[in-house]
Amino acid sequence: MHDESITRLKRRAAGFLAAAICAGLLGVAGAAGSDAALDARVMKISEELRCLVCQNQSIAESNADLAQDLRREVREMLAAGKTEADVREFMVERYGDFVLYDPPVKRSTLLLWIGPGLAAVIALGGLWWQLARRRRTRAGDEADAPDEAALAQARALLDAKDEQ
Amino acid sequence: MKAKALIPLGIFVALVALLGIGLTLNPREIPSPLIDKPAPAFRLPQLQKPEALSLDDMRGQVWLLNVWASWCVACREEHETLVDFSRRGVVPLIGLNYKDKQPDALAWLSQHGDPYSTSIVDADGRVGIDYGVYGVPETFLIDRNGRIRYKHIGPLSPESVEKELMPRIRELKGA
Repeated sequence: MHDESITRLKRRAAGFLAAAICAGLLGVAGAAGSDAALDARVMKISEELRCLVCQNQSIAESNADLAQDLRREVREMLAAGKTEADVREFMVERYGDFVLYDPPVKRSTLLLWIGPGLAAVIALGGLWWQLARRRRTRAGDEADAPDEAALAQARALLDAKDEQ
Repeated sequence: MKAKALIPLGIFVALVALLGIGLTLNPREIPSPLIDKPAPAFRLPQLQKPEALSLDDMRGQVWLLNVWASWCVACREEHETLVDFSRRGVVPLIGLNYKDKQPDALAWLSQHGDPYSTSIVDADGRVGIDYGVYGVPETFLIDRNGRIRYKHIGPLSPESVEKELMPRIRELKGA
C-alpha cells in the first residue's frame, strides 16, 4: 500500500513534469516563431546591402565586425516597426549608394547603368560596319575579275613562251 | 586610309588610359555622403574623464574627429603623425575610441603617447555607424557650425596632413 502511493506520486510528478516541459517547449517555439520571421526579414534586407569591409560580400554573408553591427542595427530597426525602405535610407545616408547592391538610377550612377549597354552597342556597331565594308570590298573584287578575252590572251602569251 | 588605320590604336590607347585610371583608384575609398552635411549628433562618455562630451560642446570650433582603436593596426601607422599634429596646436583633435576596451585603450595611449584633446568612447560602435565609419582609422574635419567638411579614410601621413587637411583647416579658420 505504501509502495503503491509512492508509485502514484511518482507517476503524478512525472505527468506534471511532462506537462511543464511541453508548456516550456511550446513557449520557446512560440517565441522562436516570431524571431524566425524577424530573422528572415533581417536576412532578406541584409542580402541587398554591401559589406563595406569585405566589398564582395553582403552584410548577410559577412562575419566582419561591422557587418554584425549593421545586422544588429537592421534587426533593431525592423523590431521597432521601421520599414525596409527606412532601413535602406538609413544605410544610404551613412554609407552612400555604394552600400546598395541595386543602386537607384541617377546622375552619379548613370554610367554604371548604361555603360555596359553603351559599350555593347558601340562594339556591335563597329562589328557591323566592318562586316559591311568587307562585303563591299569582296563585291568589288568580283567586278574587277578578268574577262574571258583577257584570259585567252594571257594563255596565248604563256603558250608562246613555252615553245621558245 | 592612314587615318583609318590609326582608329584601332586610338581605341586601344583610350582603353589603356581608362583602365590605367581605374588601377590608380582605391576601391576602399568610398566617398562619404556626409560631406557638407551636419555631423551626426552624439553624446558619449570620455575615456579619461567622467563627464560626457556632445557634438554641441564643439560648436564654434573647427576640429578633427579621429576614429581609432587599440586593436587597429593602421592606427599605429598614423600615430606619429597625429602626435606631431597635436603638438602644433592647430585645432582640437578629438579621438573616437571605436569598439575598444577601456583598459586596452588607456594602455595604448600611455604606451604610444596621447595626441588627443580628449577621447570619447564608442563602445558598441553606434556613433561610428552614424558617421559611416567602415575602416579604422578615419578622420573627419568638422567646421564651426558642426558640418563635416572633409573625410580622410585610412592612416594619415605628414603629406596628407599638409596637402589635404591643413589647406582646408586654414580656409575654415579664416572664414
